[in-house]
Amino acid sequence: MIDILLISMAITLLYMSIANRLQTYLSILVFQGFILFGASYLSLPDISTFNLLFIMLETIVFKAIAVPWIIRYIIKRNKITRIAEPYLSNFASLLIVTSIIVVTIVLSNSIQDRNLDRTFFVVALSTLFTGLYLIVSRKKIITHIIGYIVIENGVFVLSLAVGNEMPLLLNLGIMLDIFASIFILGVFFNKIGDVLKDPDVNVLQNLKD
Amino acid sequence: MFLAATFAISTALVINKNRGVNYALVLLYQCLFLGFGVYQYFYINTIQHGVFKSDPLAVLMLLALCFISVPVLFHAYRYIDKDDSEATPHTRGVFFAALILLITACSMAYLSDHLAVTWIFIEITTLSASVLIYHHRSIRALEGTWKYVFICAISITFIYVGILFLSLSLKEAGVQDISFTSLMKNAGKLDPFWLKLSFLFIYTGLTAKLGLVPMYTAGIDAKDKAPGPVGAILASALMNVGFVSLYRVYAVISGTPSMSWAGTIMMIAAILSVFVATVYMTRIKNIKRMFAYSGIEHMGIAVLALAAGGIGVYAAILHIFLHTLVKPVLFLQYNQIYRIYQSKSIYDLGNYFRYNRAGAIVILLGFISVAAMPPSALFVSEFMVFQSLFSGGHLLIMAVLLILLTFIIWGLGVNIFKLLFTPRISEGLLKEEINVPKINPWESLPQYVLIIASVYLAYNPPAKLVWMIQEAVKLIQ
Repeated sequence: MIDILLISMAITLLYMSIANRLQTYLSILVFQGFILFGASYLSLPDISTFNLLFIMLETIVFKAIAVPWIIRYIIKRNKITRIAEPYLSNFASLLIVTSIIVVTIVLSNSIQDRNLDRTFFVVALSTLFTGLYLIVSRKKIITHIIGYIVIENGVFVLSLAVGNEMPLLLNLGIMLDIFASIFILGVFFNKIGDVLKDPDVNVLQNLKD
Repeated sequence: MFLAATFAISTALVINKNRGVNYALVLLYQCLFLGFGVYQYFYINTIQHGVFKSDPLAVLMLLALCFISVPVLFHAYRYIDKDDSEATPHTRGVFFAALILLITACSMAYLSDHLAVTWIFIEITTLSASVLIYHHRSIRALEGTWKYVFICAISITFIYVGILFLSLSLKEAGVQDISFTSLMKNAGKLDPFWLKLSFLFIYTGLTAKLGLVPMYTAGIDAKDKAPGPVGAILASALMNVGFVSLYRVYAVISGTPSMSWAGTIMMIAAILSVFVATVYMTRIKNIKRMFAYSGIEHMGIAVLALAAGGIGVYAAILHIFLHTLVKPVLFLQYNQIYRIYQSKSIYDLGNYFRYNRAGAIVILLGFISVAAMPPSALFVSEFMVFQSLFSGGHLLIMAVLLILLTFIIWGLGVNIFKLLFTPRISEGLLKEEINVPKINPWESLPQYVLIIASVYLAYNPPAKLVWMIQEAVKLIQ
């Protein structure tokens, strides 16, 4: 069951690489939030109930509801066009994300470690790198933020793999989530909307040598 | 205790609108902070609250921060009072609150003995620094803040992934505790593959604070856009946070066979950083960014020495320590330059000696210091760095480094001397020659004190300082 969830997570990455509209990205984020909700329930049998409840609440509230909702609000408020504006064609994106996944699978097969759950490792790393790829290949600031949230989701999957032994680290990861969502989205992007009307990353390109 | 007091004071600063009360609170914090430094100095090598440990390296950096915090807060007061015409009671309160939060977070990150706690405080430094960078609320400041926050957020995620990999390597050893002390004790038992992977991620993440190759860009924009006194903290104390954290992680890995591998990684990144700094410093026209790149160069040299090992470890710590005293000089003096010319482009600057003699001498001395010319402090440590590279057999790297440093001195010198002696390029004299603000020479006094202190400590180090550095060196096995 957990494998199915994780693999569908990987499939969302492929979908994300060819999505054209911001709305689609948001739906994928919501979907990923629900996947993580299920995955955290299934993969953390050993930690205390209270902690588990807290983690699941965090995934559902922050990842699946609050963050996508705030992003949608920002998009509407700043009247951002609905197209993602990638630098590369969809086909190239698909090819790159596929090769990311293949490379992480090859990499994980080269590791000799019985402690490691390979599926977690592959999905986490490929999500992380896909997030980075989304950041460098899309024009808008808002897609950069979406890319960052994808990275966060990948890191969360990885932290689930070690969560049973070290709940402390899981809680740290949740702190990271909350930090990102409150700080980057709430305070900061509202400010960007106030100061510059066109939230395109091209406007923020003058600070250089 | 100290932490709680800081939070209380910074909240009070945000709420309070009265000017007098504001400065009284900052003064109170200053006394408290100095007291905190002295307390840690007398209770060296004790474990406090389970996660903080006042080991010699931490205390050394803390004392350096205490020392520069006095001029920085003084100049911050001057800056808000005189230079910043748009300051409202609210922005002033927020500015000082964020500044003291930044100083506290830096010192706590030095003292922390727990990887997770270090991580948290690094995150707090990002938060408070971004408030300070955005102080001017212009679109450029926003851009600087945005880039800084975004890159730091990614870097902090990288550190987190590194911690996760480290915990995977701990599984093998059957250890649960990720405090540095326990990690170093069990270093031999850690799984080498995961340890290497985690070092790679933690190192990449820390470079955002440390100012080395993959993620140095954020720091440059931040120092450029932040007000001068804040730039002084960002360029010294905050970079030290990265260095201290890297030092501790490297200390863990130095107990394992992977040490030379990690050393190679650090060496490559360090020499690349010096190279990048060279490229930019020889063609840059913005004087504040030039100071920022000079910080990249010095961090590169220090990490190179750390990787070379031997006497290099000692040299690296000494270099960082002296750099902390020297670099704020330039950033603090920069504000006075800006007050005269209202610009930071090198084309608008010139004949500084005519307008402010005391300040011009500070710049000249500061140039000699950061270029590490013989009578200055950094010369001592940089000499030791070359010694360590030579005895470590890294002759090629040493040659490359020497060539790059020559270029840096040239690039820095051209711009500094242009600023000091030649008339400015754009239109000869300043338009309103009469209206040039007179700067009180006493305002440069803290800079003189810092330079003299750095030279004194370099050529005539007190036994206690040498002892602290030697104790810190012992962490690297």
